[in-house]
Amino acid sequence: MEKNTKRSSSGVWQKILRCGVISWIIIITVWGLGSLAYDEYFLPSPKETLDSLLLLIKNGTLWADIVASVGRVVKGWLLAIVFAVPSGLLIGNFKHVRWLVEPILSFFRFVPAIALTTLFLMWFGVGEESKVALIFYASFFPIFVNTIAGVATTDKSLVEAASCMGAKKARTFFTVVIPSAVANVYTGIRLGLSSSFICVIAAEMLVGSNGLGYLINSSKLYYKTSWAFAGIVTLAVIGFLADRLLQFAGKKLLKHFGVK
Amino acid sequence: MYVELKNINKSFGDFKASDDVSFEVEKGKLVGLLGPSGSGKTTILRMLAGLEKQDSGDIYINGMNVNSLPASERGIGFVFQSYALFPFMTVNANIAYGLKVQKKDKAFIKQRVDELLELVGLPDVGKRYPDQLSGGQRQRIALARALAPQPELLLLDEPFAAIDAKVRKELRTWLRETIDKIGITSIFVTHDQDEAIEVADEIIITNQGRVEQVGNPVEIYLEPKTPFVAQFIGQSVMIDDIGRLKGFTAPNGKGTAVIRPEFLEINKFEDDGYHEFESAMEDAVVEDISFRGNAFEVRADIDGIKVIGRYPLSSPKLKRGDSVKIFIKKLYTIDGGTTEILVNKALDVSDLYYI
Repeated sequence: MEKNTKRSSSGVWQKILRCGVISWIIIITVWGLGSLAYDEYFLPSPKETLDSLLLLIKNGTLWADIVASVGRVVKGWLLAIVFAVPSGLLIGNFKHVRWLVEPILSFFRFVPAIALTTLFLMWFGVGEESKVALIFYASFFPIFVNTIAGVATTDKSLVEAASCMGAKKARTFFTVVIPSAVANVYTGIRLGLSSSFICVIAAEMLVGSNGLGYLINSSKLYYKTSWAFAGIVTLAVIGFLADRLLQFAGKKLLKHFGVK
Repeated sequence: MYVELKNINKSFGDFKASDDVSFEVEKGKLVGLLGPSGSGKTTILRMLAGLEKQDSGDIYINGMNVNSLPASERGIGFVFQSYALFPFMTVNANIAYGLKVQKKDKAFIKQRVDELLELVGLPDVGKRYPDQLSGGQRQRIALARALAPQPELLLLDEPFAAIDAKVRKELRTWLRETIDKIGITSIFVTHDQDEAIEVADEIIITNQGRVEQVGNPVEIYLEPKTPFVAQFIGQSVMIDDIGRLKGFTAPNGKGTAVIRPEFLEINKFEDDGYHEFESAMEDAVVEDISFRGNAFEVRADIDGIKVIGRYPLSSPKLKRGDSVKIFIKKLYTIDGGTTEILVNKALDVSDLYYI
């Protein structure tokens, strides 16, 4: 009996440790202690950050910035999915086209979206288009590359099994190759989302008049370091929630496609 | 003949996977393609299925040349070593796949799927996914899926390789019974001679891309036609110089031979009485002894020649280091590409009653 309670209490501890509460308590404590040594313009305390956050929420700025940033991310990212997935599926399926595309891909892989900001500003102007285009570029590659890889690494014996049962190429592509690629496509989409978040902040910091990137960047004008902190915290929370949501959906809906 | 292979050649780069392979399979037979790994047996199976194309030679199925027919038009059931079940489909959908390709109507498909689940003895797993099944169950479902479109020929690539020993034996018997029930012509690949001997009506032995011998299991066991078969089948031991053994002279001075455990009679004489053939027996020392269920397996050393034999459980107890007398009843001599049975001379002159 005693042994049992002991085991379950250590189980509770493991659960608490795993869910990350303790890690957060440690980080916030260290941050709080650290902020005691500096003034609020250099390193605002957790309390000051929270106050700024509440103020920004109250006056509506934060909400407007979130909507602006998330809206851009969703536009660029969805657009990237719409283009990258079908083209990746097709290109992955035809190895000759794949060989043609691969060198180009490996070249552009080392060109981060941020490096293209200036060009995109010149081509698409300082409005929404350039930002969405930048996010599109940033999330297109991970989705595209992973989709191609997913198709190319389809278990050969599954394709052979289908053809032994009489399936022709087109049917095999839709019933075997695409389902086999789902796990990789999904990984690409998740990676694409995280690059979108990185990219939207960079774009908003350079140009524009709203968004979380603008909030963080403009805080220096008012010498409000705690606003920058509030923006960063908000960004982290949104990114984290978006990824968790995607992960949850993947686990629920795509379990049998090998998504873990 | 239902399946015919004529002078098939196939190379992968420098590797010759099939070297002038020809054989025939009768309708309704269950044939085992047996050989060591890399002997080209799986390649033969894949060429039959149309998954690989031979460099030269002809394949006939039911009298029709299928050389230029792709896998999807050959109508052959293929069971893969890794099962190759679609992980993203339920068991039902896996089995129904081939039927959907044939555009059968829904009611028919459902009935056929149920029928096959019944046949493979897993009527309740239809709604599960392959990763919710055990290895043996997956194997059964893979067979059901291959059989669903009612193929005329069934090919199985190492069907039991990925299954643990205990289930494997059970599954072998089951496969034999199931195939008998449907009466479908089947060819399976294996590297396990026990499996081939137990399951197959006929065995085709392959080595280095060539067919060494074709025959029923008893023939292959008792009358190996080539040195490779003599060595490969049974728990055979190769010896170099049979001239040194009592009762044998090497034909044409060449003295390589194969000895099977059942060719030896191991004796531990605890009295000095008269023993039949004692003068023809070799003195040997027991190097190792292990229990094999129905007998002991004894590894012994006859003056430098290592042999393996069986020793009855009821005979006087043996231990490592004991001196024994071994009578070698016969052996297979190996001369170039042929092999022959040579019987101990002591048996020639004495009464055959004692054999």
